[in-house]
Amino acid sequence: MTVQATRGPYSDVIRERWRRPKFRGELPGANAVAEDVNPLCGDRVRLMLRLVGGRVAGARFTGDSCAICAASADVVVELVDGRPVAEARRVDTADVLAVLQADIRPTRMRCVTLPLSVLATALNGGASRDGSVGEASGEKARGSGATA
Amino acid sequence: MRLDELTRPDFPILERAVNGHPLVYLDSAASSQKPRRVIEAMSQYYERSHANVHRSIHTLGEEATELYETSRDRVQRFIGARFREEIVLTRGTTDGLNLLADALCMRLAPGDEVLVTEMEHHSNLIPWQMAARRRGLTLKAVPVTGEGLLDLEALDRFLTGRTRVVAFAHVSNVLGTINPVAEVVSAARRFGAITVVDGAQAAPHLALDMSSLNCDFYVFSPHKMLGPTGIGVLYGRREVLERLEPTRGGGEMIKEVWIERAQWNDLPWRFEPGTPSIAEAVGLTAAIEYLEKLGMDRVAEHERALSRQALDGLAQIPGVRVFGPPHSIERGAVVAFAIEGLHPHDVAALLDADGIAVRAGHHCAMPLMRRLGVVGTTRASFSVFNSPEEVASLLHAVAAVRTAL
Repeated sequence: MTVQATRGPYSDVIRERWRRPKFRGELPGANAVAEDVNPLCGDRVRLMLRLVGGRVAGARFTGDSCAICAASADVVVELVDGRPVAEARRVDTADVLAVLQADIRPTRMRCVTLPLSVLATALNGGASRDGSVGEASGEKARGSGATA
Repeated sequence: MRLDELTRPDFPILERAVNGHPLVYLDSAASSQKPRRVIEAMSQYYERSHANVHRSIHTLGEEATELYETSRDRVQRFIGARFREEIVLTRGTTDGLNLLADALCMRLAPGDEVLVTEMEHHSNLIPWQMAARRRGLTLKAVPVTGEGLLDLEALDRFLTGRTRVVAFAHVSNVLGTINPVAEVVSAARRFGAITVVDGAQAAPHLALDMSSLNCDFYVFSPHKMLGPTGIGVLYGRREVLERLEPTRGGGEMIKEVWIERAQWNDLPWRFEPGTPSIAEAVGLTAAIEYLEKLGMDRVAEHERALSRQALDGLAQIPGVRVFGPPHSIERGAVVAFAIEGLHPHDVAALLDADGIAVRAGHHCAMPLMRRLGVVGTTRASFSVFNSPEEVASLLHAVAAVRTAL
């Protein structure tokens, strides 16, 4: 049983972004902020944007999550930082997966998509969430079962 | 011969590989694997004897009824119940707990109190929450000590003249804590409270005797004890069960029916409306026979040894935190742990790459996770077919996981 360079869903990109994220941290002056949790695993992602004149002038994330979710958040921030809001809105799962280059199974797909739904909330007015089960709970409930 | 050496050939699924490694299945606390005998008993039933039970006056119907009712007898003997009518066959532990929450709370008045514990699985919390909301009851939870034990001093403080129901796990599905059932029951009874025990994590691993546990209700799931999914056991002390109004209606649970009213059937059928899980009852019989042949004392001893090996090994790996009572205290067959800096889902995915199946997440015990200050844990759990070599594989893989991400 040896530890290989890539195991399970963990591509080199995910491992690198997990160890050394480029965009993790607070964003002073953020004016569009959103946060959400995945009730299945407790992943929590907070996205902070500074919107200036229809553009994403700055973006950062914080959170407590698995490696896939953290790597996804890092990629999402990179994809929207400095871009017009209209373009930022179009960033989707396929864009993130293309960067992550990982074999993500359906049970872990929500780890990839959580930062994207937080992004959508932030861009749509940025209601900060306290982590209670919100309107996306139906979607979150899919995937892996939660019985023990 | 070691128990795993004796039993492994009986479990066909253990022959398969996962991600290029032999399957190491350490998730029996979620659902155990099935011996060939259980699988074959169910197919044989479908191939030779299937019909609906109780209502069919033909050979197959009689055979199916006999097989179904035999299962009840086997359960009665397996758990040391006094009467066969004390055994209600449900769809699972969750189903049984919902039935009890509905039926017991229906009789309660606003302000009456239901007591659970901080270590409950959601299935022994949410049904009471829902019933409490409907009836205006007060729901309270007995805390867990820093050692992961039920706080019995707090229990004494929480019990009041308004306490009507005390619902608690026999064995915690996260901490592995074995709660002192008889002690809690006698404390609850001093206040006239009904006791409901969630035995989902105990029935697969401990010899059970209802007369010594002395609780009013005890529920468990055969699929965690080598049997099939889709069937559950609800034991109810006859004196209490016969005073309980059924909350679900349908065929089989009645004696005589008029348009505006009906007379309920005798126990236990009063609580079994509709066509039951017949093939699953046949599988349950086979699972009980299998366990009885091994001997529950021997099963408990085997799993205790594996748990101890895992606990001792994990304690020596840097950065690993193990949850639950100290090693000197007897515990169930689950070992939950966290690895510093790693999310439990990443740990589980990395172990899966080595063919090792463990559970990760909140284990349907979010209030307990909050109490422990974690979002989730990784949990290994053991059954009769697990070997010390498999535990060694787990320990080896856990030690390697920290550098794998």
